[in-house]
Amino acid sequence: MSAASLLTMQPNVRKMVAGSALLFVLFLAFWQWGPGAFGIPEFIIPPASDVWKQFLRMVAKDHLLFHTGITAMQVGVGFVLGVLLGILCGFALGMSPSAEFVLSPYILALQIAPKVAFAPLFIIWFGYTVYPKILVCVLIVFFPVMINVLGAVRALDPDIVRLAKSFTANRLQVFWKIEFPAALPPLFAGLRIAATLAVIGVLVGELVGGNIGLGYLLSVGEGAGDTAAVFVTIILLTLIGIALYGIVVAIESRVLHYLPARARLAT
Amino acid sequence: MKRLEFRNVTKRFGTMTAVEGVSLAIADGEVVSLIGPSGCGKSTLLNMGSGLDPASSGEVLVDGELVTKPNKHVAFMLQKDLLLPWRTIVENVELGQEIQGVTKAERRQRARDLLVKCRLPDFIDHYPHQLSGGMRQRAALARTLAVDPTVLLMDEPFSALDAQTKMVLQQDLGRTLADTRKTALLITHDLVEAIAMSDRILVMSQRPGRIIEEIVVEIADRDSPMKRRQHPKVAGYIVQLMNLLQIEQAAA
Ligand SMILES: Nc1ncnc2c1ncn2[C@@H]1O[C@H](COP(=O)(O)OP(=O)(O)OP(=O)(O)O)[C@@H](O)[C@H]1O
Ligand SMILES: [Mg+2]
Repeated sequence: MSAASLLTMQPNVRKMVAGSALLFVLFLAFWQWGPGAFGIPEFIIPPASDVWKQFLRMVAKDHLLFHTGITAMQVGVGFVLGVLLGILCGFALGMSPSAEFVLSPYILALQIAPKVAFAPLFIIWFGYTVYPKILVCVLIVFFPVMINVLGAVRALDPDIVRLAKSFTANRLQVFWKIEFPAALPPLFAGLRIAATLAVIGVLVGELVGGNIGLGYLLSVGEGAGDTAAVFVTIILLTLIGIALYGIVVAIESRVLHYLPARARLAT
Repeated sequence: MKRLEFRNVTKRFGTMTAVEGVSLAIADGEVVSLIGPSGCGKSTLLNMGSGLDPASSGEVLVDGELVTKPNKHVAFMLQKDLLLPWRTIVENVELGQEIQGVTKAERRQRARDLLVKCRLPDFIDHYPHQLSGGMRQRAALARTLAVDPTVLLMDEPFSALDAQTKMVLQQDLGRTLADTRKTALLITHDLVEAIAMSDRILVMSQRPGRIIEEIVVEIADRDSPMKRRQHPKVAGYIVQLMNLLQIEQAAA
């Protein structure tokens, strides 16, 4: 949000923004002094200032930004690949009921299987590289996207397709003018879920093996009993997730601008 | 000249016969209504006319040519407006022309003109959810007319609208059909609508649907359904249709 839009906002919206800023300050204050007040030791919950100091120390000494970048890159690549694959399979299965019938038991099994359990397997296959992490991410992102696209294709009113066909539309035109745009709202709902899962996929891969990424720093912090370092990595992982989610929401609000405001507001 | 013709058309779904041995012909510029009990195969006939579904036996012809697939000269309109929520009204109206490869400038111009004619000039850039049911159906009518079809197939186009809106839309449609000399097949459950709108009314039997009667509506002013509604002859036609459809027996 730009400063200009802050100024032009409705008074009640401005009040809400001020409210959430205030809440954030209160939260930081509570984090700083709350644990001490309740007698919680620093190695359980380090105060905010300690975590900040640890952050600066890790940036200087532990290549924190490099590791963050690696994790973010894996999340980004895994997310994009998983989404593309999910869209592709969603449409393919949605358009071919027989393919869905034949494949549905396997899809269901894969969907129920805890995807993170594949991380050790992928590490056996690909070693301590970025690939197993990306692969777990792809796997975990794939399902919500595919299921939503599949559902959207199924839910499309066949009369709309018939209308297009009556205008002599060919298969490709039916896809680009009807099926694809019709699937976008559910697709974005799937992308939002996928965005929150993508970080988990990469993190689990990093925790299982390797010496790069925030997952690696997390396990090092754990080994050293360095609670502040653990907090720093958790916060950075969350920020990566928020950034991805924010990108999805920003694209969504541009693409789905036609939806009535109340349908879009639910973020 | 016959615009639309069914020759001894039968349609079966599995073992069930939906329509049987239907023959009908609609001349250029004629408006014909199709009326009959629910489930008798009216929509089935219309789908075969649009080339979306093949007949099990018999022939469907448009302008003397066998219909095997959708045809640019035939457009259909349903009870549902089927407007695409991601397109503005003008973009929705352009859909058919866009599919048929009309250039952007040309189709936009035509869509705008039609929307003005269909009395939606202020809603050109609105999205469908911002329009009322009657306005949406007007937009659907504009979309149907935009491809400049010679034959219009309409399946209960106004049955989801309230009585007043319906009369206004019937009036608009009646005028447009007369002005542009379009040929139309109109399915309806509304006896007065059938009488007010059409040159002829075809009455179908229970399933398997056959055409059991043809009534020629001998009232002037086909271009003004509103005027026709008030004509004293209407009551007589209603009685005739009620008898044919055995409406009183069904209620007894
Ligand atoms: N695709 C289909 N598969 C199987 N049966 C069908 C199919 N389409 C229609 N039918 C059957 O054919 C019969 C005629 O259906 P149709 O929709 O043409 O009736 P209708 O006269 O339009 O009825 P209504 O006035 O209620 O719209 C019905 O019994 C219906 O169940
Ligand atoms: Mg019907």
